[in-house]
Amino acid sequence: METLLQILKDLHPDVDFETCDTLVDSGILDSFDIITLIAEISSEFDVNIPAEEIMPDNFNSAEALYALIKRLSDED
Amino acid sequence: MQYNVLEYLERTVKRFPEKTAYANDRESITFREVYQQARAVGTFLSRKGIYKQPVVVFMDKHPRAVVAFFGVVYGGNYYVPMEEEMPRFRIELILKNLEPRAVICDQVSKKVMDTFHFGGEGFLYDEMVRESIDDEALENIRDTAIDTDPIYIIYTSGSTGVPKGVAACHRSVIDYIENLTDVLGVDENTVFGNQTPFYFDASLKELYSTIKAGATTYIIPKSLFMFPVKLVEFLNQYKINTVCWVVPALTMISAFGTFDSIKPEYLHTIAFGSEVFPVKQFNIWRKALPDARFINLYGPTEATGMSCYYKVDREFQEGEVLPIGRPFRNTDIILLDQNGSIPPKGELGEICIRGTSLTLGYYKDFERTAEVFVQNPLNKAYPELIYRTGDLGRYNERGELVFVTRKDHQVKHMGHRVELGEIEVNVNMIEGVKSACCVYDEDTKKIVLFYVGDVSARQVADDLRKRLPRYMLPNSIEELETMPLTFNGKINRKLLKEQINAGKKEK
Repeated sequence: METLLQILKDLHPDVDFETCDTLVDSGILDSFDIITLIAEISSEFDVNIPAEEIMPDNFNSAEALYALIKRLSDED
Repeated sequence: MQYNVLEYLERTVKRFPEKTAYANDRESITFREVYQQARAVGTFLSRKGIYKQPVVVFMDKHPRAVVAFFGVVYGGNYYVPMEEEMPRFRIELILKNLEPRAVICDQVSKKVMDTFHFGGEGFLYDEMVRESIDDEALENIRDTAIDTDPIYIIYTSGSTGVPKGVAACHRSVIDYIENLTDVLGVDENTVFGNQTPFYFDASLKELYSTIKAGATTYIIPKSLFMFPVKLVEFLNQYKINTVCWVVPALTMISAFGTFDSIKPEYLHTIAFGSEVFPVKQFNIWRKALPDARFINLYGPTEATGMSCYYKVDREFQEGEVLPIGRPFRNTDIILLDQNGSIPPKGELGEICIRGTSLTLGYYKDFERTAEVFVQNPLNKAYPELIYRTGDLGRYNERGELVFVTRKDHQVKHMGHRVELGEIEVNVNMIEGVKSACCVYDEDTKKIVLFYVGDVSARQVADDLRKRLPRYMLPNSIEELETMPLTFNGKINRKLLKEQINAGKKEK
């Protein structure tokens, strides 16, 4: 989780990722961020996020995104 | 003969009055509504005495914004598309260049515009469209208009830190749209899915092709370009059959394996531009849609829109490059070497454009206009302007034009045209920064900023966010003790580039 929070902080230093759960809905993350995130997650966690998982619900909070990473790495 | 872009709308409104012209996921507007509301906006401006003026359209990306554009032209003015997502500092620079007397706003953007100090007045779109139409006044405006009058100004990155406003007239837009619709095969059955922001010339493709051919344009919500499956679902839901997107929007779909779960069902024409389509991603698209037509487009804002096209007609292997093909009808491409002569066949030259498609130049900036809109050096007989793109190209063995590289520090990043110099100027304005240099890493498609100064990288990032649009923000920022210089005392970009590559090897 720490690694993920750091990746997110690097994108938006001014956002409290530990509490915010509307990262997509309130327009904090944009398409640049999503693409960067997916690439960073792939290199840091060795997890490839498939297209059908690239959905707003999975990116709305750091917690949801971390749950997705865990689920995908367990499936491997 | 057609003299005014609005003649497109006036012909189409007679053929398809009740057909949807522009829509998003919530609202749609028919050709009749576009026609009537645009005339109301034109009348409103005319009654305010605003004529032959730049009129900023500061509205959310919405069908109404398109109506506002045409309304501005009905009033005999030229529109300047701007959006709230532009950073304040940039909006200020543009307002300073324009000194607009009128800004058209929606309810939300009006509050933002009211916080800027400029000499003009902000008007609400919703009030403007309620104006009773004055047919006689609009007819008078039309009668005295000529086809070299400007219809819009679109701002593009400038290496001095000040954006350049490219002004285009009826004639060049008509020339472009006639030839573009021909190449794309646009007709009344065309359903566009628009991706590009209205403040780029790229959106002319959908906006004007729609009123010319009686087609329909769906404005795709920007947020969908983060979620590839939802994006393709949108294309299918609205039966979108034609797209003209920047390359990163297309590769976003193919790179994540979207086609394994869903495919665009109606898409038959895929045009793309802004940068070179990586062949690996391109082949994924082609495999997913083997019957679709793929068209590579190339052209600078200064020549209205696109100047060259290549309809993909053969297989490409990784390592090969998609050519930009041949010029549109009524446009001529000249390759020129450093001496202003035509280079030997197959050799590199600067891509220069000749023809009606040339825009009028940069607004209130004769100096920078004269640097790139120059006398054709091959013509010693009479005045003839060409536009020097700064792009270097060559002809391949099939006689197709191929883009090779830039001759300066302009890059294409995430579908946008960015002058690295503009970023550097803005970094240098930050207190505590002594020196700055931006380098583009082609492999990872990242803008890397190096700087020297008494300020943290975090602070530099925060400050830049206020000054530059999202797509111009460096992807990584590195502080240096000293800036490497060449023997001439210039910043050694080559060394900085090597430093990035060395860093990659370490990993």
